[in-house]
Amino acid sequence: MSTTTATRRGVPGRAGKVRPGAGPGKGAGPRRRDRLSVQNLPGWMFSTPFVALFLTFMAVPIVATLVMSFTDFGLTNVRDPFSTEFIGFENYTRLLDDERFTTALFNTGYFVVLGVPLTVGAGLVAAVLLNSGIGRMRTFFRVGFYAPVVTSIVAVAVVWRFVLDPADGLISGLASEVGLTSPDFLGSKALAMPSLIIMAVWRNMGTAMVLFLAGLQGIPTEVREAARLDGASMWQEFHRITVPLLRPTMLYVCVMTTIGFLNVFEEPFVMTEGGPDNSTLTVSLDMYREGFSFFHMGYASAMAYVLFTVILAITLLQLRLLKDKTR
Amino acid sequence: MTAQVSDTASRTLHKGERSGRRLTLTALWVGVVVMVTPFLWMVLSSFKSERDLGASPTVWIPDEWTLIHFRKLLDLLDMGSHFFNSTLVATAVTGCNLVFCSMLGYALAKLNFVGKRPLFGLVLGSLMVPHNLMLMPMFVMVSKMGLIDSYAALILPFAAGAFGVFLMRQFMSAIPDELLEAARIDGAGEWFIFWRIAMPLVKPALATLAIFTFLQSWNNFLWPLVATNDPDKYTLPVALATFAIDPTKTNGSNGVLMAGAFLVVLPVLVVFIVLQRYFTQGIATAGLK
Repeated sequence: MSTTTATRRGVPGRAGKVRPGAGPGKGAGPRRRDRLSVQNLPGWMFSTPFVALFLTFMAVPIVATLVMSFTDFGLTNVRDPFSTEFIGFENYTRLLDDERFTTALFNTGYFVVLGVPLTVGAGLVAAVLLNSGIGRMRTFFRVGFYAPVVTSIVAVAVVWRFVLDPADGLISGLASEVGLTSPDFLGSKALAMPSLIIMAVWRNMGTAMVLFLAGLQGIPTEVREAARLDGASMWQEFHRITVPLLRPTMLYVCVMTTIGFLNVFEEPFVMTEGGPDNSTLTVSLDMYREGFSFFHMGYASAMAYVLFTVILAITLLQLRLLKDKTR
Repeated sequence: MTAQVSDTASRTLHKGERSGRRLTLTALWVGVVVMVTPFLWMVLSSFKSERDLGASPTVWIPDEWTLIHFRKLLDLLDMGSHFFNSTLVATAVTGCNLVFCSMLGYALAKLNFVGKRPLFGLVLGSLMVPHNLMLMPMFVMVSKMGLIDSYAALILPFAAGAFGVFLMRQFMSAIPDELLEAARIDGAGEWFIFWRIAMPLVKPALATLAIFTFLQSWNNFLWPLVATNDPDKYTLPVALATFAIDPTKTNGSNGVLMAGAFLVVLPVLVVFIVLQRYFTQGIATAGLK
């Protein structure tokens, strides 16, 4: 455990920021440093592999998706991409009238609006509990809470489908032990999405917890002690000290969780196939089907860009809303 | 270190705080039970006989432990080759990331060159771009190149992740400049300095990056699903998912599915429990900036 703290203290950008100030000690002043330390050739040589892969598998495809979203790119164009025809904004205007897509947008929103706060909240609660001096057990609990994060979503979705099975599942077994019958979670229009959300919270809260735990350990104990000496209650300490000082962590956790949740795909793909009656159809799943079942790739590209725009907008909004106001 | 401090602190706690601590522990136990139960259910179910699986009231612990589901699974799915595919792809992706991300991380942290700042901006920005966005053109590109069903198609798009660059840059900036400067004065080239001085100093970060990349690749689903048609080339998650959503293959047997999920999850869970220190350390470093 001591190594953990030691490395973390040593690493972050702070140390790097201080160093330039220590420069004058080196003597020769800024001009000589600049001349000596410009290393264009090695700099770019070291960057080449990343840049090449980035251009091929990110930059070009990002632009290509945008271009494709203005075309009627279909199955035949996979062999002959340049014979596709530009159709202007038609894909986008069609999306507006596409009831399935608006349903998918709504479902994805539902998943994010409920899932993200629950995940972040559960992670924060677990982190605060783990940080309240429980000694050696901390590692054990941390491993337990984090375990679902490392497992394959597909495998976990397969397991949860059986857990929620109305006939032989875990929940129905527990329910019948106490004389209740369990509903058909994944077969019900009303319960399918909440079930997927619960599963997503279960799987992802570990990430939030670990990040919050790191954030909490970064809060100096003196601050807490001072608050306690001044007679702050547990709630006041949490509300006035912990939460404000956790703001940067909170921002990062919220942004990353939201991006991940907006792209939700595996859970409905494996557990419900978007059903019943499209009630768990998400944008990514709809896009995958349009693109790779029907090969309406132009149309699917427009969907991808709508989703990407939403992601960018929400990320920027979160950055603005949650930004550290004390700076 | 922290554990010791809190131990001594707990000895001097007041009575009220002690009951608070008991409450905390209870809550944590309940939480952990909820987290672990689905895994337990998976393991137990994969060893239950078909009769126990369908029994009402539910049989929690198998009456007789059986390997029949694992045998059936191995008949239905070529788990060996899926396992091989997943391992090969994840290993290659990890190796590439360790080298490429460290190279750029080193350059961004320790070298001055034209275009360094925009390049770092690019790395940060690409953290936010979902892979779904690139799916369609990547598929077209890969099929034009005849790389569908090839390992290259599964490896190259993930060979240099932005997260890795970010992580390595942070660790590389903690290396004292004087050390590198001394090597330069002695006439060492940047390549030598990178491999012989910088890389050995960031071994813990490399371990963290290796674990994360391997896991991410092992669990990756959407791109392998799109980029492979030949079942022989399926990675484990793709094989499991296509198997799970096809009732004609599973015959509705949950036992077989649980056995499959168990085999996919097991190696990862073992690695995680053995190396758990690196996980939490790594994710914390990346998050704190």
